[in-house]
Amino acid sequence: MEVNDVFEKVKNLFVDELGIEESKVSMEAKLEEDLEIDSLGIVEVVMAFEDEFGIEIDDDELADVKTVGEAVNLLHSKI
Amino acid sequence: MKTALVTGGSRGIGEAISMELGKDYKVFVGYNSSNEKAEQVVKNIIDSGGYAEAIQINISNNDSVLKAFEKLESNGSGIDILINNAGMTKDSILPRMKESDWQEVIQTNLTGNFYTSQRALKNMIKNKWGRIIFISSVVGISGNQGQSNYAASKAGVIGMAKSISKEVGSRNITANVVAPGYIDTDMTSFLNDENKENIIEQLSIKRIGKPEDIANVVAFLCKEESEYITGQVIAVDGGMTT
Repeated sequence: MEVNDVFEKVKNLFVDELGIEESKVSMEAKLEEDLEIDSLGIVEVVMAFEDEFGIEIDDDELADVKTVGEAVNLLHSKI
Repeated sequence: MKTALVTGGSRGIGEAISMELGKDYKVFVGYNSSNEKAEQVVKNIIDSGGYAEAIQINISNNDSVLKAFEKLESNGSGIDILINNAGMTKDSILPRMKESDWQEVIQTNLTGNFYTSQRALKNMIKNKWGRIIFISSVVGISGNQGQSNYAASKAGVIGMAKSISKEVGSRNITANVVAPGYIDTDMTSFLNDENKENIIEQLSIKRIGKPEDIANVVAFLCKEESEYITGQVIAVDGGMTT
């Protein structure tokens, strides 16, 4: 799966699960500041991804994820 | 209609909770080995005009918990209300307690509730609504001789509930604890009349509790209107702990 495909999936999750406006979701967008996703929101997305792709993501790995792009790259490296 | 799961829902306090919640919700009556008892409770709820199903769930085993939830959800029922009621005792004073008796009680009464709560929260967080109620015990507040394992497990769920309440409050999920005092069930059937009289003497309300006394408070905490109560421990004990 290409990085772009992962981005599209992440975007859909943000829009469908967290009710975020589609136009706001870019690779550069900051999760907390720009998208107003709280820590539990990030957990929600991570759990949805773990289920969809059958991967496991450690909390340690998540600690450095601040932007959509960083989340996409982390997921891409796991799939 | 919201869906509730009552672990250990076929006997004692759990049975009364299943019956009470059966008035307002679809109830899954969780049982480990009491299949026939569970079916009877289901029948009683249905006869009273409610909707219920029995489900086998051994809370001390995560695979069993995951399987049970998978089964519920494949039938279209995510759990909105989780009543962590199932529990066990293996009493002896600490100097004589076998490590296996310690482990077994902690595994079921504490770790088992970790398994069920973790799994149930998935659906609740997604739905942005949920109720988790732990049935602890006054023993978890005051301690009791011969029950260090049981008391530790029941105190443990208080810390668990309070932490969960802080973690998921933003999603309209509440986590509370009901701490029963002496309630007339199989678990207290070893008490003879003299024991009972001694206990009653220490109470403000001069009787042993009924399972329904607990079920009423649980039903109250499940209500929409109770959304501002979270992370609390409510002792239902006739005034034993004041």
